[in-house]
Amino acid sequence: MDKQNQELEIYSPWRDAWRRLKKNKMAMVGLGVIGLLVIIAIFAPYIAPHDPLKVDLMNSLQPPSDEFPLGTDRLGRGIFSRIIYGARISLRVGLITQSIALVIGITLGALAGYYGGWVDEIISYLINVFLAFPFLLFAIAIMATLGPGINNVFLALAIVSWPGLARIVRGQVMSIREEEYVEAVKSLGANDVRIIFKHLIPNCMAPIIVTVTLGVASAILSEAGLSFLGLGAQPPTPSWGLMLSGGRSFIRSNPGMMIYPGLAIMITVLGLNLFGDGLRDVLDPNMKDN
Amino acid sequence: MLTYAARKLLMAVPILIGIITITFLLNFVFVPGDPVRIMMGQTANEDTIKMIRKELGLDKPLYVQYFRLLGRLAKGDLGRSYKSRREVSDMILERLPATAKLAVSAMIAAILIGVTAGIISAIMPYSIWDYISMVGALLGVSMPVFWLGLMLIVVFAIKLNILPVGGYGNGQIEYLILPAITLGSRQAAKIARMTRSSMLEVINKDYIRTARSKGLSEKIVVIKHALRNAMIPVITVIGTQLGYLLGGTVLTETTFSWPGIGRLAVDAVRARDFPLIQGTVLFLAAVFIIVNLLVDLGYGLLDPRIRYD
Repeated sequence: MDKQNQELEIYSPWRDAWRRLKKNKMAMVGLGVIGLLVIIAIFAPYIAPHDPLKVDLMNSLQPPSDEFPLGTDRLGRGIFSRIIYGARISLRVGLITQSIALVIGITLGALAGYYGGWVDEIISYLINVFLAFPFLLFAIAIMATLGPGINNVFLALAIVSWPGLARIVRGQVMSIREEEYVEAVKSLGANDVRIIFKHLIPNCMAPIIVTVTLGVASAILSEAGLSFLGLGAQPPTPSWGLMLSGGRSFIRSNPGMMIYPGLAIMITVLGLNLFGDGLRDVLDPNMKDN
Repeated sequence: MLTYAARKLLMAVPILIGIITITFLLNFVFVPGDPVRIMMGQTANEDTIKMIRKELGLDKPLYVQYFRLLGRLAKGDLGRSYKSRREVSDMILERLPATAKLAVSAMIAAILIGVTAGIISAIMPYSIWDYISMVGALLGVSMPVFWLGLMLIVVFAIKLNILPVGGYGNGQIEYLILPAITLGSRQAAKIARMTRSSMLEVINKDYIRTARSKGLSEKIVVIKHALRNAMIPVITVIGTQLGYLLGGTVLTETTFSWPGIGRLAVDAVRARDFPLIQGTVLFLAAVFIIVNLLVDLGYGLLDPRIRYD
């Protein structure tokens, strides 16, 4: 019996997916970028040569040098160090917004898909209304109410992100709730909560993981946009979007102030997109590219 | 087809009401502080504030305010801006031509670039051209729109000095080129990827082989037989991307100082001018719904197998 269990584990679909994912070069490049970013974010204090917040007017607007590899901004803060610390902000934006969206999206999506009927009607209506807003505009409208600040960005982006997840979970749950194994657990007397969280959700993890990975990328881009407009992170937070917005006044004299934070955003989002696309190919070949 | 369109339009009504409800909640219920005080500043005296509250109907219970708002909106009245005291609908209509011009040219640019790149990739898969357009497409979806805009400004306006840095000018095309490319970049990338995969799928179908074996030229096979069938999923992508495009106008217009609705919305948010925020958001959301409906109806033109009954 034990031996059989062991063999079953070896042939688990996740292990199989990982094996196929490893063969996808682009996805592995993406994973490498993400890994590097996480390391940079965790060890930022050891990597960054300067304090990202320390104002040093004597060194204002310096060109790249040995001391300041990418030069300094108007307040004499090292751009390189700020970009390093900015990785923390971006990763937090991605992870926190997607976690909140995940909780709301899974709960509402599963409820709608499992119970159907009027529960589904109401939740589907909510999903459709939320999705009818142009994404960024909706986030801006929420920021207008909440006021600027990075914590409000988490909330605003979570509010605009959950409907996409909920719709996917709803569809998945709907398609598997009639399967025999669900009926089997039901007849064993399992209650609805147990069925939903123990048996239904784990079986729709593949599209959820793909959506969340791409959602992290989208959240990072949106945060950069909101901060660029002055509605997101506030100074002196080393947010990449905010750095871009600050660099705008120096577009003629010091374009590096804008080029590097933008590159940081692009590389990060590129890594997440590559990995997300690869995951989709492996886990869920039927998902449409949109 | 007409009944289908009418039914779809009717289904959009509850969605619109939902959108109105959410913006109402955002603008008048969850706002910390008193909108009138925000509008008048901290120095205004109590009597004036009371008077204005009454004038705006803000002294009534929330449900009364809500139904009044629905009534007003049904008549097309978006209210007055707190700041300029002008009709919100006038302010939006004034800005509409600039935004429409930008959005339409961005979409055209995106379709031209995206479909061309996609076709080239699909008819020469794994060639250097395929590689270049797909890497370009990958970068296109990973770049912040406004950053691309700023980079284009650095290159074409500052270094080469052949295009203006921003603004609207007197509507000359030079002013439109960079904003349109910026706004359309993400869509171009998405369209290119979709065209490629959709074309590759179609090109192995039997009817393409039939067309070729009839002796038709490769050009006719690709354009008339393959592309037309491959366009259906591409149209879907265009439809889903329109929301991003409308949202993207906010960033692109801010980057290029383009006098459109997106910038109006950002200025409204900065000034906490709630009727104007509500008006611009509702307007763009309504446009989004209508355009999606048109995209939906557009499928029938491309694929006669789709029937609307």
